[in-house]
Amino acid sequence: MTYAIARLALAPPLAPALTDAVTHSVVQCENLLVQRGGRTVLKDLSFEVAQGTVTGLLGPSGCGKTTLIRSVIGVQTIRSGRLTVDGLPAGHRELRRRVGYASQGASVYLDLTVRENVRYFATAVGAPASDVDRVIEEVDLGRLAGQLTGQLSSGERSRVSLAVALLGNPRLLALDEPTVGLDPVLREQLWSLFARLAKSDITLLVSSHVMDEAERCDQLLLMRGGELLTQATPAELKERTGAPDLDKAFLRLLQQTGNAA
Amino acid sequence: MNRATTLATAQRVLRQLRHDPRTIALLILVPSGLMVLLRYVFDSKAAFNGLAPALLGIFPFTLMFLVTSITTLRERTSGTLERLMTTPLGKLDLLVGYALAFGAVALVQVLAAVGVSTALGLNVKGSFWGLLLVTLLGALLGLALGLFTSAFARSEFQAIQFLPLIVFPQLLLCGLFHPRAQMATVLRWASDFMPLSYSVEALKRTALTTDLGGAYLRDALVVAACALAALGLAAATLRRRTA
Repeated sequence: MTYAIARLALAPPLAPALTDAVTHSVVQCENLLVQRGGRTVLKDLSFEVAQGTVTGLLGPSGCGKTTLIRSVIGVQTIRSGRLTVDGLPAGHRELRRRVGYASQGASVYLDLTVRENVRYFATAVGAPASDVDRVIEEVDLGRLAGQLTGQLSSGERSRVSLAVALLGNPRLLALDEPTVGLDPVLREQLWSLFARLAKSDITLLVSSHVMDEAERCDQLLLMRGGELLTQATPAELKERTGAPDLDKAFLRLLQQTGNAA
Repeated sequence: MNRATTLATAQRVLRQLRHDPRTIALLILVPSGLMVLLRYVFDSKAAFNGLAPALLGIFPFTLMFLVTSITTLRERTSGTLERLMTTPLGKLDLLVGYALAFGAVALVQVLAAVGVSTALGLNVKGSFWGLLLVTLLGALLGLALGLFTSAFARSEFQAIQFLPLIVFPQLLLCGLFHPRAQMATVLRWASDFMPLSYSVEALKRTALTTDLGGAYLRDALVVAACALAALGLAAATLRRRTA
């Protein structure tokens, strides 16, 4: 699987029929252009996200990560380009059951308990009642299920938000900075959860600005200033730049592309 | 519209309220308290009888407007609305869920205010149920207008400013301070376009006359239609996709 992705990234001109035979892309994006308030926030982005992988979306803050995630889940108005999820245009009615989303701030009700939050969103998503306890356990909040969400720490709140995203049976999980404010132990737990989910064929698009998290991704999308610098696996990125770690690899890439432009 | 998600939404809104007992207390006690105040400001049962019916309509209208515009704004700013819009939940499920939950609160609020007013000497000559119905319709109208206007507020600070903008002109022109028939023509026309005028007129009629004729029915229908129209406008402000 990883090999297939690597080929996809290294040889973009590959015939579509051939790549489809190798791996199925859940997200396909061609020449995506997004403008907000007269400013171009995403400039001509093209990439694909393969099924059952964790794709990390990395780049400095303000580079357009959140806008890209919002475009993929279909809440962002697109100026031009083609963006499909599971073969349907992003935001399609049918996708509302297939895409799980957690925004950067914990978008849950602070004046409800953890369980009340999850239960309500479960009804909204159309997930079975048994899902409520499952997702609460999955983010390790069983102990706090009866607590008011507003009384939790910010890390705990973002886990409530993540639990909601896991409800139902999403084919794609779009998570905007899900590990911000979490301690190393919890971050490790979440990335293990992401890997487990990917194994069960769920596709994850996870944004982060912490480079050491990039190491845990199957595939990386590196962005800067609304542009996609590259799509590569962590190993490829290090090889291509000759850097010992991803942090330095990204910096070198920034310098290289900066010089090229 | 989906029944399960609508009811779940109503239940969720009520659960949120339950975690906020102070708001519940304020919602239920404030209109009743104001009726007590009104009764002793005039210190005359006759004057109270003349004004109380109109105010029974105005208080729930105003409070519901305030409560819903703030709640909906919070839903918008906290990102929960955007999240809900990524789920199969329908816009109407959300709005009707809100209307059911706050409608229930309004009912309790109105019952308390009417009960207190009756104890203070309000003599409902006409139909008690007619009075209750129009009061509730007024509360729903406030709710729907609150839902709608919150779409134009960026912050709670702005949302509050819509109260003097939307509610106060209706208060001044609804016939409470000055009979509508004696207003300058332009003001009369303006008053004709304000739903609260119809609500106040219907309330006066139910309380002060025994005859609940076609005029009452017409006024009640106007209020109901305005509430529905505002709810429809509110639905149009809910966007699945934003720029």
